[in-house]
Amino acid sequence: MKPAPFVRHVPATVGGATDMLAEFGPQDGRILAGGQSLVPIMAFRMARPAHLIDINGVAELARVSRIDNTLSIGATVRHAAFHRPVADAEMGRMLSTVVRHIAHYPIRTRGTFCGSIAHADPASEWCLVASTLGAEMVARSKRGQRVIAAEDFFEGIMSTALAEDELLTEVRLPILPSQAHFGFYEFNRRAGDFAIAMALVTYRVTDGVIAEPRVGLGGAEARPRRIPEAEAALKGRPLEAKTFQAAAEAAAQAIDPIEDIQADAEYRRELVRAVTRRALERSVP
Amino acid sequence: MTGKVAITLNINGRDHAISVEPRRTLADAIRENCGQTGTHIGCEHGVCGACTVIVGDDPVRSCLMFAAQADGVPIRTVEGLAKGDTLHPLQRAFMDHHGLQCGFCTPGFLMLATAVLEREPNITDDDLLDVLASNLCRCTGYQNIIKAVRAAAAEMRA
Repeated sequence: MKPAPFVRHVPATVGGATDMLAEFGPQDGRILAGGQSLVPIMAFRMARPAHLIDINGVAELARVSRIDNTLSIGATVRHAAFHRPVADAEMGRMLSTVVRHIAHYPIRTRGTFCGSIAHADPASEWCLVASTLGAEMVARSKRGQRVIAAEDFFEGIMSTALAEDELLTEVRLPILPSQAHFGFYEFNRRAGDFAIAMALVTYRVTDGVIAEPRVGLGGAEARPRRIPEAEAALKGRPLEAKTFQAAAEAAAQAIDPIEDIQADAEYRRELVRAVTRRALERSVP
Repeated sequence: MTGKVAITLNINGRDHAISVEPRRTLADAIRENCGQTGTHIGCEHGVCGACTVIVGDDPVRSCLMFAAQADGVPIRTVEGLAKGDTLHPLQRAFMDHHGLQCGFCTPGFLMLATAVLEREPNITDDDLLDVLASNLCRCTGYQNIIKAVRAAAAEMRA
């Protein structure tokens, strides 16, 4: 239950971090941000990185900023930064609602938004937010910088498009349009546990019907994603129970559920039906 | 170098100059290198919260931080709560409301509650329950811990 030996490197700048990653990435080097997923895995000896590049001292990565209609979240911004709204209106409220479902308070003071994205646990709330809103991930390496769309970033269970020499420096979240509504519902057996299934929905209401619906599911498949079938069941429809049931049914039918010790495929499909409907019910203004 | 590094842990206002491997967790360093055994280690993977200490202003799981990451940052542990013979309001409330039985989880709960009440003296009851759900207690059933923290919060506000 003690981590295996490693060499710790402490860069002061992003350039320093990417230089170290270029050198040590191929030698089983890993980035250490909040450490709230990596360190437990190391304690179990399921991970034994030879090098840890500790980016907590890189000041330029600790910022949340708004640029036009995008919220830029730096690599060392903690979950706890979202306890209070960091953006206006529904965007801030959505983030401060979702963050309450991430582990527990003392984990949220250390764990980072971008760390969750790079870790890509299918049950990660931030990965669901990134997928549903269509986030862009900014990856820097000694070779340069590239921007990766959420749909291309998450490749599977704890698997992303990041190369071993790339540092996720920033996630750019599109800000919800004004007058947007959102609903979030997560099912797990104990407070703070990993989601067995969760849904995030956003939309606007125009002329009494749903416009620009987004329905994202997490914890249900190998990676979080939007469910076009459920969105189609919402678009142009009035906000009523019948609409929500149709969308929930479409989501349940559309997914390819993962199976694990918590839930088999059939049960997860039932949960998806329930969490989608409940997220929609919670979204009603 | 996987060899030892020299760091200084500032615990409850006192500097401890120690030499640790990078893999040494803050929890182990506080207990083994600095001799402050009030901080307990339960699960060693971030689930139980027994090792909760305050680093800077934040309550953290000290088993999920490496000691080297806390070099030079003020750390508070349960040993620093009482002022001489005068217990901290939270410590007294835990006694008055029977918020502990075996006591193993108590240092973690005290440091968690201290950090949160200092930051949010007017915390809502919903938020307080969310916070106290962070740590495991297998004796009390939580009700008396909740009562104790509510009472201490009221006293600390007065």
